[in-house]
Amino acid sequence: MREFDLVIVGGGPAGMAAAIAAREKGLENVVIFERDHSLGGILNQCIHNGFGLHTFKEELTGPEYAYRYAVKVDELGIPYETGTMVLDINDKREVTIISPGRGVETVKAGAVVLAMGCRERPRGALNIPGFRPKGVYTAGTAQKLVNIEGVVPGRSVVILGSGDIGLIMARRMTLEGAKVKAVVELMPYSSGLKRNIVQCLEDYDIPLMLSHTVVDIRGKDKLEGVYVAAVDSKNVPIEGTEEYFECDTLLLSCGLLPENELSRSCGVVIDPRTGGAVVNESLETSIEGVFACGNVLHVHDLVDFVSEESARAGAAAADFVKNGRRTGGEQIKLIPGNGVRYTVPGTVDVTNVEQEVHIRFRVTGVFRNSSIVMTCGGSEVFRRRSRILVPSEMQDVVIKKEKLEGLSGEMTVEIRGE
Amino acid sequence: MYDVLIIGAGVTGCAAARELSKYQLSVCVLEKESDVCEGTSKANSAIVHAGFDAVTGSLKAKLNVRGNQMIPELSKLLDFDFAMNGALVLCFDKEQLPQLEELKQRGIDNGVKGLEIVSGDKAREMEPELSDEVAYALYAPTSGIVCPFEMTLAFAENAYANGAEFRLSEKVISIEKTPEGTFGVKTDKGLIETKVVINAAGVYADKIHGMVSERPMTITPRRGEYLLMDREVGGKVSHTVFQLPTRMGKGILVTPTVHGNLLVGPTADNIEDKEDTSTTRKGLEEVRAKGALSVKDLPFNKVITSFSGLRAVGDTHDFIIEETEVPGFIDAVGIESPGLTSAPAIAEYLRDIVGTILPLEPKENFISERRGVVRFSRLSPEEQNELIRREPAYGSIVCRCETVTEGEILDSIDRPLGATTLDGVKRRTRAGMGRCQAGFCSPRTMALIAEKLGIGIGEVRKNGCYENGKGGEGDA
Repeated sequence: MREFDLVIVGGGPAGMAAAIAAREKGLENVVIFERDHSLGGILNQCIHNGFGLHTFKEELTGPEYAYRYAVKVDELGIPYETGTMVLDINDKREVTIISPGRGVETVKAGAVVLAMGCRERPRGALNIPGFRPKGVYTAGTAQKLVNIEGVVPGRSVVILGSGDIGLIMARRMTLEGAKVKAVVELMPYSSGLKRNIVQCLEDYDIPLMLSHTVVDIRGKDKLEGVYVAAVDSKNVPIEGTEEYFECDTLLLSCGLLPENELSRSCGVVIDPRTGGAVVNESLETSIEGVFACGNVLHVHDLVDFVSEESARAGAAAADFVKNGRRTGGEQIKLIPGNGVRYTVPGTVDVTNVEQEVHIRFRVTGVFRNSSIVMTCGGSEVFRRRSRILVPSEMQDVVIKKEKLEGLSGEMTVEIRGE
Repeated sequence: MYDVLIIGAGVTGCAAARELSKYQLSVCVLEKESDVCEGTSKANSAIVHAGFDAVTGSLKAKLNVRGNQMIPELSKLLDFDFAMNGALVLCFDKEQLPQLEELKQRGIDNGVKGLEIVSGDKAREMEPELSDEVAYALYAPTSGIVCPFEMTLAFAENAYANGAEFRLSEKVISIEKTPEGTFGVKTDKGLIETKVVINAAGVYADKIHGMVSERPMTITPRRGEYLLMDREVGGKVSHTVFQLPTRMGKGILVTPTVHGNLLVGPTADNIEDKEDTSTTRKGLEEVRAKGALSVKDLPFNKVITSFSGLRAVGDTHDFIIEETEVPGFIDAVGIESPGLTSAPAIAEYLRDIVGTILPLEPKENFISERRGVVRFSRLSPEEQNELIRREPAYGSIVCRCETVTEGEILDSIDRPLGATTLDGVKRRTRAGMGRCQAGFCSPRTMALIAEKLGIGIGEVRKNGCYENGKGGEGDA
């Protein structure tokens, strides 16, 4: 049985950043398993720009951003096996992989970093009634068809959901000559980044219909059109508001789901709020030596944050392999309070914090002129005022180690109005 | 000139073709869609009914019980998924007990074995997630679940292996009786001559019937809507859970599928449009509301897809399987539930009718077995490695959710009566049937189909017929 100090599952931005950080921490025997035929993950189909503003202080396309990490992986001589999919991980950190070249093989890992990314919520999960014709795609599937396979799936388009991929695809389809008739969003606010709404919709006069949804899909073999209706405050369609849009393509951009089948198979505890693993300050899951980072942990809006987080996971995994587990410190349990949907991590052991800890979360709605406040045992640990907080933007709070020393018990993260 | 032309490649037509291919007859199956199993047979509850529902003495009762007995053995011979998981028919009120007793008696009269009425508590012991409101249940141990696509494909492929022809993507326009007593079937692609016609055209059987017979007949499409849930929650129930039947059917059931998903449905709405397989908000709400009566906390947040199917409901509340007043023209119509269960028995019944018209000489070289697309994920690691060594495409996973390899997809396209559409690949391999519903695998699957058919990726269809005649080439 082949043995590795560290197995990284997934060669997208998260996996590559984790591998690089682990190697830079001096861990030699690292391997990345990637199911696609090259490194880069979903970035390879994201040919638009806007990546890397934080990491490289410049605007890169997805493939360019991925390439910079892939070059680094090569420079450091980190081995990776493409066309290789992980089928199973057990609680002894034995990893079963499959590839055309090596067949089915089980390898032993000193530590594992889960970096499988996320996938899109499909139509079925959205409960849209109607027919099931050709022409209904998730936005990411359409993106792959257009950018990788070179096939434009249709000429007249309605997009349900205003997630970032949907917004990007509104522009992409327009540039390919299609007519994007509307982007329809159930919520009263968009789930995409503000800059994407401006650059992908407003610049092309594509209407964004907030508080609307698709209520019927017509066309038996090929999509002929969709009915769109307004929804009430409980997101129930209002009868009589239906409007018919003739279209041959319906793209769905209604949320992303961390892809945690493997994590579940090895018994990792999943947080139902994120769909990702419950992790501690070291991004270690409930299974010792199994770490998680990037979109498989919680869905990010910027790849820069994925890379940063994953580097921390890679470094922590390297530390685990070299030094074993450090325990015994006081545990702080993070509690999402008013206006906070979840936190990553869920617990902090201060002894394992080197200098600072990142606490990431999303808010539950739009908050104006509010503050992010963290309190523990009655005392305030952190406060930051924001003009606007929106669910589409992940919050990242960095707390210095000295602020946490001596604390224990529950620390609440909440949004307070001013 | 064919001996027998079967119109419709649903489960009835394909089972009949297989049965008739045991004899020295030239058999052809004609289908307007590009694949077998494209109508009622692909969208139903996938239950192998025990046989207690149908009126004693009816054709439905007789063929249901016979079909139920045949399917376990056929599933082994023809390699399709089947499990005898047993069923519970629930009643929620002591006053309904006589109806349950009546159902049990009818079952006994129909020849169903092992029926037993159990208390609500006993039922909950057998099926812990049942509603607290359940007062009594009829337990039917011989009820089962099956993969309707694989079963239909298995009949078709086995019939094909035994010389039956399949003319797909070809639609009947009219049927003439010739002076010689044979039939001239005019299609959108030409004229087909045959001695015997079997009308197995599902919801269109009345149209086909009307082309030949003077006797009036209507087939009403009765739409049933379903919700399918993730395999993660497939273990919610282990038995098929029915409610007491009504005039419109067997009501909303909750059942595991042979592939480990959880299925809830169907509604029952008579509609006019024979193509209207859309789902409706109202229908899906009804599925949720009524399903929730049987089983506690049904995880509707785990729904991965919804679909609807059309039952072909005749005028008589029974199957109509008979030679019409026009000699040589045989109806197999009104095959609503339990049509799937009854299919192999209907095939025997049709064979006997054909036997009154044409001589039945058994073939000596009949191939009784058929192997489906290999299920890579079910093999042992040793078997998997052996397969990958022989064909590296089995080492490449295309559908992550259901662990379907490129090798399986290529086989599903290459095999006789192979897939030509995304839905065709899905029904043969399960690629795209999992929780992401083809989000990841469809571009790759489309590329594989396009390469095999020699068309562009953008031309690959989800279902239906290719205009240039691609696909549908199933002639022996």
